[in-house]
Amino acid sequence: MNILEIKNLVKTYENLEAVRGISFAIREGEILGLLGPNGAGKTSTISMILGLLLPTSGSITIFDKDLSTRRSEILEEVNFAATYAQLPGNLTIWQNLFVFAKLYGVKEPRKKVEEAIVEFDLRQFRNTRGSFLSSGEQSRLNLAKALLNNPRLLLLDEPTASIDPSTAQTIRLQIKEYIKTTKAGILLTSHNMYEVEEVCDRVLFISHGKILLEGDPRKLPAEHGKKNLEELFITVAREPLALQNQNES
Amino acid sequence: MSIRRAWTIFLRQLFLLRRSPYRLFALLYWPVMELFLWGVLSMYFHRTGNDQFPFISILVGAVILYNFLIRIQHGITISFLEDVWVRNFINLFASPLTLVEYILGLLFTSLFQMTISMSFMALLAWLLFSYNIFHLGFWLIPFVIVLFLFGLALGILVTGIILRLGPSSEILTWAIPAIISPLSGVFYPTDLLPPYLQFFSKLLPPTYVFEGLRSVVLRGTFDSQQLVYAVIFTGLWLLASSFFMYRAYRTVLERGVFTRFLSD
Repeated sequence: MNILEIKNLVKTYENLEAVRGISFAIREGEILGLLGPNGAGKTSTISMILGLLLPTSGSITIFDKDLSTRRSEILEEVNFAATYAQLPGNLTIWQNLFVFAKLYGVKEPRKKVEEAIVEFDLRQFRNTRGSFLSSGEQSRLNLAKALLNNPRLLLLDEPTASIDPSTAQTIRLQIKEYIKTTKAGILLTSHNMYEVEEVCDRVLFISHGKILLEGDPRKLPAEHGKKNLEELFITVAREPLALQNQNES
Repeated sequence: MSIRRAWTIFLRQLFLLRRSPYRLFALLYWPVMELFLWGVLSMYFHRTGNDQFPFISILVGAVILYNFLIRIQHGITISFLEDVWVRNFINLFASPLTLVEYILGLLFTSLFQMTISMSFMALLAWLLFSYNIFHLGFWLIPFVIVLFLFGLALGILVTGIILRLGPSSEILTWAIPAIISPLSGVFYPTDLLPPYLQFFSKLLPPTYVFEGLRSVVLRGTFDSQQLVYAVIFTGLWLLASSFFMYRAYRTVLERGVFTRFLSD
């Protein structure tokens, strides 16, 4: 069963086509990487899946329900974490998690918050305001919030950006552990190709709002004559037309 | 619509209020300053002018009712700005929370804050100037209802404007309601205004309330026809501001303006 299904999604701003008719799906238990250079359309796509941005055309179906008509019902089972969307720095860790647990309709929110605080090693910061956390601690807090409602669809927009390798490794392990114990689907964006290879089952490369490549991140570089995923990423970023022509021929 | 989610928005504001004595201080400070200023001014007018004219009943009554209106509007808009300042919109609106639930949550917050500041203000007016707002009797009920609903409409309108124009327009939180006081004749009859401004003042529901306050204090009654106008205009303001807010929210979603609240 598909957790998420996107068909012919288009987003046009006044003079700019940010997303140009992309289609893809995420299956149960799958981690899909959405890769591409800055401005490729990744964040616009994620924003549309979260209902923060209205598509110009196309459809988004989550758990077989249409997002445009059943937004609140769907979003109770979706969650996200992004480095650019930190939790309010003027509330404590416990207060932040409790507020979002209530917003997402988590049953027994107090118990769930306590469990999240332990699981993400935030005990010593329980009564600390968010603004006093380091970026690594904030990333853990974001992920704790993102998993509060046991989402069936999890969106992670560069979840390990600007944090140290050790914390990033911990977060990757937590993501993998979550997908192992649930049948959720995860859509992940990252500029860390090592991370993508380690975590993702499948990747989509997008450039200028279009999907250029799709496949297994461990096999895709060789299929396109590249040494590794990083080299392939650089080609997508610098010579997207060459790759597109190669695909079409 | 989920009352639980709206209540959670209020709970978030309650957490902020509990943590910060400055927020509680701000709720009491401005109303007390205004009450004190207008109360003492009323005593001065009373001493130097016509000692038969009930300056205290009119001016202190007006300042309490005007603050009631402004507390409702500020309660909504400033609670909204708290989310602007901590860049929380993406987290909130990527959750199941709807716009109506969010506004309702802001309204709960506003009612809570207004109750604290108005109770304190009414008590202080009684202690310092022997003025009891409840002497207005039955008329206090429609006055408060009209001011509450207009405060709500104004709060929604200003919030919609900031949502549409971006965080740098937050000055409008204070600038727009500042027009209400001179135009709606909080402290003087509106027939003193230039004729071209009298037309605009008649479109504002508070005008009928403050004219009504003076009428009740001076003559003991109020023309119910004026109350009907107040209710009609309040309904129109609520409809117009809700429509504006809905359109502003749609524009934000169409243009992806939520990201502006991360950087502006």
